[in-house]
Amino acid sequence: MSKINDELLYSESHEWVKVDGNIAIIGVSDFAQEEMGDITYVDVPAEGDSVTKGEDFGALESVKASSELYSPVSGEVVAVNEELEDKPELINEDPYGAWIIKVEMSDKGELESLLSAAAYAEIAK
Amino acid sequence: MDNQLKITCLHGEHLALGAKMSPFAGFDMPIQYSSITEEHNAVRHQVGMFDVSHMGEIFVNGPQAEAFVNHIFTNDVRPMEPGQILYGMMLYPDGGTVDDLLVYKEYAPDAFLLVVNAANIEKDYEWILKNAEGFEVGILNDSDNWGQLAVQGPASEEVVAKVLGMDLSGLAFYHFVDSELYGKRAIVSRTGYTGEDGFEIYATPEAIVDLWKTFLAAGVVPCGLGCRDTLRFEAGLPLYGDELTPEISPVMAGFSMFCKLDKDEFIGKDALVKQKTEGVAKKLVGIEIADRAIPRAGYPVVLDDGTQVGVVTTGYHSISLDKSICFALIDAAYAPLGTKLNIQIRHKVFPGETVKKRFYQTNYKK
Repeated sequence: MSKINDELLYSESHEWVKVDGNIAIIGVSDFAQEEMGDITYVDVPAEGDSVTKGEDFGALESVKASSELYSPVSGEVVAVNEELEDKPELINEDPYGAWIIKVEMSDKGELESLLSAAAYAEIAK
Repeated sequence: MDNQLKITCLHGEHLALGAKMSPFAGFDMPIQYSSITEEHNAVRHQVGMFDVSHMGEIFVNGPQAEAFVNHIFTNDVRPMEPGQILYGMMLYPDGGTVDDLLVYKEYAPDAFLLVVNAANIEKDYEWILKNAEGFEVGILNDSDNWGQLAVQGPASEEVVAKVLGMDLSGLAFYHFVDSELYGKRAIVSRTGYTGEDGFEIYATPEAIVDLWKTFLAAGVVPCGLGCRDTLRFEAGLPLYGDELTPEISPVMAGFSMFCKLDKDEFIGKDALVKQKTEGVAKKLVGIEIADRAIPRAGYPVVLDDGTQVGVVTTGYHSISLDKSICFALIDAAYAPLGTKLNIQIRHKVFPGETVKKRFYQTNYKK
């Protein structure tokens, strides 16, 4: 049974969002990292790139498969977790600590369509 | 789970170990038990075991068995000694690959065992039957009555010898001995698909389940199909369906050494001779890129100006070599070693160059 952090919002494609003012901090859920297995590479956008809700912004690679990352919000990438470049396994070890990107949201209203922890628990099975 | 999926005799063992299961070649098979990396390293440095009971066993015998196998098989079985094994392919007349397989020359006279890929058992059996017309041979697809276990890695000889109570030090690579388990025939073969020394044991399903448990208790690491693919890939070995297909001949894939064009005839020979003399439009190459991004099957191989010249067939960030490498089928003009080529991975293009396909130095028993 995968862990779910009650304080976060979730997308149906298994990304989590932590809201800090106008900034969305984005990572992937424990369920997603378990499904992937050992993550060996994280493909991320550059600071300043724009991302669009529902469109892919990067990917996680395990030995066997790659899995695209879909942005839960639209906006501009203001930070990228550079630690993941050398230590992609941090996502396996601490999925809710290992954020991937921070996005300055262009439309905070998009958050309303994301799932609560309780609703996400229903699909992360 | 798909109701159409078949299971092997070891299915219950996989579930009991909590393996991540997935459909492969029509069977519900274990992909990994712990992690692909751990299992991969167990085989490279210690010893691991694979359930390969899904593979097919087709027996050919009769006065014309040798002539018939030589007719459908690219390698030459005539000089084989009893107990010897040869790798090769069955081809369509146009040179496309029906399957790649092992041929065992039995100790009994006029008899061969053909070990074929699980996904191709029915297709191969029909192909063999169809082409046996006019040959005095008996053909038996006995796949359902055999289980198969591959024990692979540098420590495999020690543990297999101990568990089976046999001295295997004199058994050379690509040779086998007959044995008996529970009063039924068993075959112990020094073969594998990992680039390491290893054994493949064929026996009744009951015996295979017992052997699995014994090897597990002896500390042999259970390994899934995930690392089977990473291991064979690093060793430069093809997977039917990816590197050999009805569209990819052994000449295109660079496996001409398993095709004896000096034989009088075999199905597909004329096409291969033509490919050898006139050249082929596409060739299978290795490509290494200077990045941790992973070239996956289906990704385009492109020139600097964006022109696509090929496609990746298998690729990984290699566990043993810590490099991002792949097999790719590309326009033959770009095949020479050291050719600069790029691979498009999602929205980005990564520079690389062609390298030898045997990425990893294999450690077979001489």
